[in-house]
Order: sequence, then C-alpha cells, then structure tokens
Amino acid sequence: MATVAPSRIRTGRAIEVWLLLLAVALGVGGYALVGLNTGGTLPEGFLTYVLVLVAVAVVLHLAVRWRARYADPLLVPLVLALNGIGLAMIHRIDIGMTARGIPFAAGPRQLMWTALGAVLATAVIIALRDHRTLRRYTFTAMVAGLVLLILPMTPGLGVSRNGAQLWIELGPLSFQPAEIAKILLAVFFAGYLVTNRDVLTLAGPKILGLQLPRLRDLGPLLLAWAVAIGVLVVERDLGTSLLFFGLFVAMLYVATERVSWILIGLLMFAAGALLAVSLFPHVADRFDIWLNALDPEIYNREFGGSGQLVRGLFGLALGGLMGAGWGEGFPHLTTHANSDFIISALGEELGLTGLVAILLIYLVLAQRGLRMAIGVRDGFGKLLASGLAFTIAFQCFVVVGGVTRLIPLTGLTMPFMAAGGSSLVSNWIIIGLLLRISDSSRRPASEGGGQIVGNETALIALGSRTEAAAATREPSHPSQGRRGEDDGGDQHTEVVPHP
Amino acid sequence: MNTPLRRLSVLVIVMFVALMGSATYVQYFQASSLNADSRNVRTLYRDHGQDRGPIVVAGEPVASSEPVDDPFGYQRMYADGPLYAPVTGWYGLYRATGMERAANTVLNGTDDSLLLSRVRTLFTGAEQGGGSVELTIDPAAQQAAWDALDGRTGAAVALDPATGAILAMVSRPSYDPNVLAAHSTADVNTAYAELVEDEGDPLFNRTIGGNLYAPGSTFKLIDLAMLLESGEYQPDTEIEAPTEYLLPGTQDTMLRNPGGGTCGGDTVTLEYALQVSCNTPFASLAVEFGDDALREQAQAFGFGESLDVPMSVTPSQFPADPDPAQTAMSAIGQFDVRVTPLQMAMVSAAVANDGDLMRPYLIATERGPDLQVTSRTEPEVFAEPISASTAATMRDLMVNVVDNGTGSPGQISGVQVAGKTGTAETGLDDDIAPDAWFTAFAPADDPQIAVAVVVEDGGAFGDEGTGASVAAPVARQIIQAVLAE
Repeated sequence: MATVAPSRIRTGRAIEVWLLLLAVALGVGGYALVGLNTGGTLPEGFLTYVLVLVAVAVVLHLAVRWRARYADPLLVPLVLALNGIGLAMIHRIDIGMTARGIPFAAGPRQLMWTALGAVLATAVIIALRDHRTLRRYTFTAMVAGLVLLILPMTPGLGVSRNGAQLWIELGPLSFQPAEIAKILLAVFFAGYLVTNRDVLTLAGPKILGLQLPRLRDLGPLLLAWAVAIGVLVVERDLGTSLLFFGLFVAMLYVATERVSWILIGLLMFAAGALLAVSLFPHVADRFDIWLNALDPEIYNREFGGSGQLVRGLFGLALGGLMGAGWGEGFPHLTTHANSDFIISALGEELGLTGLVAILLIYLVLAQRGLRMAIGVRDGFGKLLASGLAFTIAFQCFVVVGGVTRLIPLTGLTMPFMAAGGSSLVSNWIIIGLLLRISDSSRRPASEGGGQIVGNETALIALGSRTEAAAATREPSHPSQGRRGEDDGGDQHTEVVPHP
Repeated sequence: MNTPLRRLSVLVIVMFVALMGSATYVQYFQASSLNADSRNVRTLYRDHGQDRGPIVVAGEPVASSEPVDDPFGYQRMYADGPLYAPVTGWYGLYRATGMERAANTVLNGTDDSLLLSRVRTLFTGAEQGGGSVELTIDPAAQQAAWDALDGRTGAAVALDPATGAILAMVSRPSYDPNVLAAHSTADVNTAYAELVEDEGDPLFNRTIGGNLYAPGSTFKLIDLAMLLESGEYQPDTEIEAPTEYLLPGTQDTMLRNPGGGTCGGDTVTLEYALQVSCNTPFASLAVEFGDDALREQAQAFGFGESLDVPMSVTPSQFPADPDPAQTAMSAIGQFDVRVTPLQMAMVSAAVANDGDLMRPYLIATERGPDLQVTSRTEPEVFAEPISASTAATMRDLMVNVVDNGTGSPGQISGVQVAGKTGTAETGLDDDIAPDAWFTAFAPADDPQIAVAVVVEDGGAFGDEGTGASVAAPVARQIIQAVLAE
C-alpha cells in the first residue's frame, strides 16, 4: 500500500516573510524610539523610512521568489535587520551632532544608499542566472579590481580624507572603489584558484615538510595580491589591506586544503606588520594606541592619539549590560560615531545585550554563507561563497576587535551598518551574489540545473541525465550523503553510482 | 574543499566568541573604572542630564534638580544655598562635594539599593530618576546657628545625643552653591577662583573638614574623663593648683592659668578646677598620668578614627609622641592637639548619653524615585568612652561650669545647661586673638541636644574674646531654638 510520497520541498519563502517582518520591525522600532526618546515625537521622515524598508523587503522577496526561489531564507532578513538598526543609529547620531551645533544629515543619504543597494542586489539575482558565469571573467575581474584600487591615486579624481587616499569624487558623488574591488578580487581569486588548485596543491617543491606550489602556478595570484596590498599601503588604507590579506589566505586555504598556507600567511602577516610598524609612523601609532590607550600622554596626543578609541570605550562602558536605550546615550561624543565607531554607539545605547545580539546576527550571516559554500557543488561557487562570507566575518572581527581593543584599530566600516554608500552598496551586491549561490546550493536535485555543476565537465561528458540526477540526489546535506571526503569540487572526477 | 570550509566556519565562531569576550570585558568588567575616569565626559552628561534626586531637610528640598532647556537638561538648584552649603556641598560640572558627592549614587539613582526601582523602570520605560536623601538637620537649629555666627568666622555642630543625628552643621563664612553648579564653565571657573582666593576660606567646611582647630580648655573634658575613669579622683578630690607650673624638662617655661591669676588656692577640688578652668592642675595631672593614658581617653571619644557622616570627617588628633612638657600643653588643648567641632560635640554628646557615644549621621532616610524608603539610618553606638557613673559625674561638673563658672553666658532660664568653655591660643604672642570654644548639652537631666561652637579669632572681641563671651552665647541660641520646638 505504502507508496513513497515525494516530500514537499521547502523553499523557506514563507519563513522568509515572517523573518522579514521581524527585521523591518527591528529597524522601524529603533528608528521610532530614537525620535521618541530624543524629541518626544516620531522622527522626521518616519513614513519614508518605513516605506523604504518595507519596499526593500517586498522587492527582494519577490525577486527571490521569481528568480532564486531556493535561496537561503535567512540572508535578506538578517541583512535588512542590520541595515535597519544601522539606519536608526545613523539618524540618532545626526540628531546628537546637530544638537551639538554640527549639522549632520547622514541618515537620508544612507536610506538612499540602502534603496540603491537593494536594487543592485535584486539586479544581481535577476541578471545573473548562474554564478558560474562569473568564472568566465576571472582575469577581467582582476584587471577591473586593480584599476578600481588605483583610481583614487589618479590626480584630479582621487580625494584624500583623514590622511588616507581612498575616495574618488565625481561631481557630488564620492565613492570608495576598494569596496567594489573587494568583490572583483574575490571573483578573481575564486576563478584562478579553482582552475589551478591541483597544480597548486600537488606540484612543487617540498620544503621542511611543507608542500610549496611552483612559482609559475602561484605567480599571477601572488602578483595580483601584492599589487592590491601595495596600492592600499600607498593609499594608507590599513583596514582594507588587512581585509584583502585575510580574504586571500582564507581562499587559498579552502582551495588547497593545506594548513601550511595558513602558517605561511601568518608568517607573512607578522613580517608585513613588523615592516609596516618600522616603516610607517601611523602604523606604529596604531600599535601604541592599542597597547596604551588609557595612558594620558597618548590620550592627549594631538595627532594619532587614542582619544577617539577611548571615547568609544567610555561609550561602551556607559552602555553596560543593558544599554542607555535608543537616543539616551551620548554616542555623538565619539568621532566618526556613525561609521568606524558605530559599534561603540550601538554598544552604548543597546548595551552588551544588544551588541551580542548584533554580533550573533553577523555570525549567523557568515555561517549561512559558509554553509552554502559547503552545499554548492562547483568549486568556483564554493570559493566565491566562502570568500565573500568570510569577508563579512573578518570585517566584523577587525572593526569590533579594534573598537573593543582586542586588536589594534584599523579603519574599516561595519558591513551594512556604518554610514557610507560604497560599503553599503558593495555589501548588498555581495548579498545578491550569496543569494544566487545559495539558490543553486539548496536547489533539490529534481529541479536539475544548478546541481549538476558538481562535475560540470565530467558529467556533461558522460552525457547521462539520469546518472547526473542520481549523483546529486543525496548530497545537498553533506553530513548524510558523504562519500569519503565529500568533495564535489571540479577537477576531481567522481565515480557516479548506478541507480 | 569542505573540510577546510568546516574549519573556516569554526574559525569564524572562534573570532566572534573572542569579540563577545572583549565586548563583555569592556562593558562589564572594565565599565566601572571607565565610567569613573576623569576624562569621561559621558558620566558628567549622564548625571547632569538626569533628574537627580533632592536633598531634603524637614520635608523641604534644599537641593533639587529643575528641568532646563540646555544641553544638560537639568539644573541643580539650592534653596538657602549658603545656609546649607556645608551639608549639601555643590554639584558642579567638574566636581561634586559634600552630600552631593557622598550620597551621589543614591541621588543619581545608581545605588544598589535602587536596583528594584531600576528594574521596574526598565519594564515600564519610565525615566529612572534619582533617589532622595532626607537629612537629620533641624532647620530651626541650623538657622539659629547661622544667625548667631553672623559676621564671624567659625562653625557650629549640634547633635542629638541619644541617636547621633546631626541637628545643625553651620560653617561661616559660606558660599552659594548655585553659583558653582551653574552650567557655564567660564562663570563657574571665575566664581570658584574667587572663592578659593577668599581669605575667609568660604569653601571650607569648618565643622568636619581639614584645617583643624586647637580645642583649648574644652579638652579638659577629656582630662576629666580620664581622671574620673581612673577611679582615683572624685569631684571633691583636692588637687594641686599652683599659680605657675614649671613645664617638666624646661628651665623656666611656666604654664599659667587663664588671666595669669591663682586658682583660688594652692589646692582646689577637681570640681572647682573645672569650674574656673584652671590650667595648672590639669597640666600637672596629665604629666602624672602620662601621654598614653590621655591619648587612650581621647581615642575612646573618637580621636584618630575616620568617620563618615557620610561626608568624611577629618580625624581629630592627639600628638603621637609628646615629651612631658608637650603632654602638659596637650592637656589644656594646645600644642598639637587638633579637633573638629564635630569631635567636641561628640564629647559632650557621650557625656549626655550616659557614656555611650552614638555614631553621628546626617542621612535620616533614603528614598527611591517612587518615594519608597530604601534605607533608614538606625542609630548605632560608636564607642563607650566612659562609664555611666563617670558620665553622671561629668554632667554635674559641667552643669556647675555653666551655673557658677566660666560657662555662665551659656545659661538659659528654666533649663539646666551643662557645658565647658575653651579659649585656644592660636599663636605665641598674647595679642593674637584666640579661638573661642564652647561645648554643651541641655537639658542636663534629659539631654535633647549636644553642641560645639568655635568662633575664630575671638569673634568681634579680638584678643579679649573668650569661649565664654563669644562662643557660649552662640551655643545658647542653638539650644534654645531646639528646645523651643
């Protein structure tokens, strides 16, 4: 009697709706509280704010339903929650700064960038039918990325702010090209590594038990990376060079599966850090500030002092466990409270409780990214997803670690939260890419298509759709359908069992 | 590629755990030291931007916060500022003094006792206000002391001997805390600089603070306590009372009685020696008993002990290692004996309270923002410097001082006052005006109030001023004000 009923495939779209409601509520609630606690009324432009957040949620949800219906249902709600909380805090700092007599209006601009970011993420889902397409543009991405990085050094185009040459200005618009370069270089690393991972892993001399790749295999990669870091060092962008370094080492490790890369990476980092400390006074200052932040002499130093960091710490301390409450603290007393130090502003008003909750949102976001990397069948997708997800996590680590004095402070923005259009837009694009990859990662085998990518060359050569389907039936949960080391990366030809 | 991916996700978890750890370290473990950092303007803004609780005397706030339209949000106001300044202190942008400082956590609402109220506001969303502090000050006594000291430099402290509650705490000249609590840094700095440079030292709380006084003859109460406690002396014990006493160890340094006269004979009763405040018998007896015995008796009354009322009281001192001549001088409240008016009031209060010295206190009750009492001060025995019988004897002798001796200006018709005068030399030359002292309690048979008054530099009488002529009338007015209620 019993027949096998095909279980309903859960796309998670219904859950996504509820989570989106929750995410919008977080942002709208924070925004409303800011107005109520500082002025006794709902903040100016409250309706616009609500409409934009709801529109972002609706548009993205519909776009995902239409073009990526198996995409991870957590991604958009998590990001929208972060974005909304960030918007509320940016508005709150506008109010604080304006009350101090320094007119600030970063809120409306950030809202505009949010809308633009969501539009671009939607565009990525709609325009990019298959993430593997990007692999074709491996070297284009590299060239474009490097060009973008060099742009701020172009005379007449680049602008220097706070001693760092990171922005380009086109009329009224200013932009930080490194943010987009981050995505392009991730695409390049993923494309290059997936093509060359066998030679990188297997060929080459063995030194002190470490399998080193041949220079000619590693060369282009190393060159591109070195140029990127070099440019950033010249532009004095410590944070982004650290980010690129982390991204590079992480992707290299994922691609080659060799711990030696991490060791080499750490050694190179130590060497680079030492070199930077001895060559650049501003880097040495950062270390000084980190170690002796509360020292009065360093606190009072006119340039490169720890004043900003310590004021941020004062803010965190004021927040304590429960926080001062939205609009009840004094985050605007810290310089760059709405960008580099938005985390200390949030810690001040939402407390340790709120800060930990925010960190957990980021953690879940990064873990979902890594999870989809495990699930997706093609090596390029794995590398790209893990690279992008790791970037988000690493960026959080650098920012929050810097603000809480876990590590030296480097200027980086908190993804999705900090004021700044380039960062917000590029991170939304990353979410677009992750949505696309997660769609193919979670798509059931019966739908075909995306899942065959696991052995794109080998299976297509076999030309057997049934076998292909069979091969891919089990393993969207790698823990269940493990075949030894469940590596579905290309290049390794797989044995396909008969049904 | 999945193994490294799994490891990478473990690494990401480790990174975030580290971040939560460092956030916890800053926001929980390091928070109190960061909040207390003098460079932390936030603490200042938070406290000034908050409805700080009032300081209340007899139901009326003497310090309160009023909402104002400036970046801070609230302005601290002092009703009768100069009158209560020694008690309230001031709550300024850069510092707080007096009760404002001592009871800061209650007033700003962060005290542990207000935890429940804070939890409640967390849920109701109401603004956490500060708690209020109700003082033991009797406004009538405070006003009487203030009026009586008008135009002079000095201080007066009154205690309820049975409980230790401080009924009056007046220091003159005084200052207006409102000026120092203003929100204009420039104005406050100017006003503060003026007050600091003022020769009358108005910022200085003379009743409990630093620059201590020589107690003069009021210290003889401690000599008397020592003698009576030894059991060898009674009020009618005849003691030697030479006109001049050669300070031991010196060739020709003579100690004389006040005015340089005799003490009414070569030997007098102890009662009489106190009545006319002879110097020579107390000096010679102190040398006989030794400085250790005298110091012990002084310490029993609270000398050398730190005390918080809750403002911290500078400990009164008896010299550590005096030679016999210095001991003789110490016995008459000179040399390096230094006291606060509060300490001398405590001596009288212990006598008044059958030998039990109650711990002095200024805060009667603390209330949360919801006016619920969160703390009520229970009177507590601070020390038992003398036995009840010694106390009874001392009371009779002090009554005699007021009825028949130097303390006569302290007399009040219909009320028996027990007191002791003091006239403390402040320099070696005779023409330097002395500090006039009087300490007393009344009524002698049912003490309601113990008081100590010091008037610097002889008040208006210059070098002619004595404890009797200058300080005793002040004490009398305070006692009358309290007994009139």
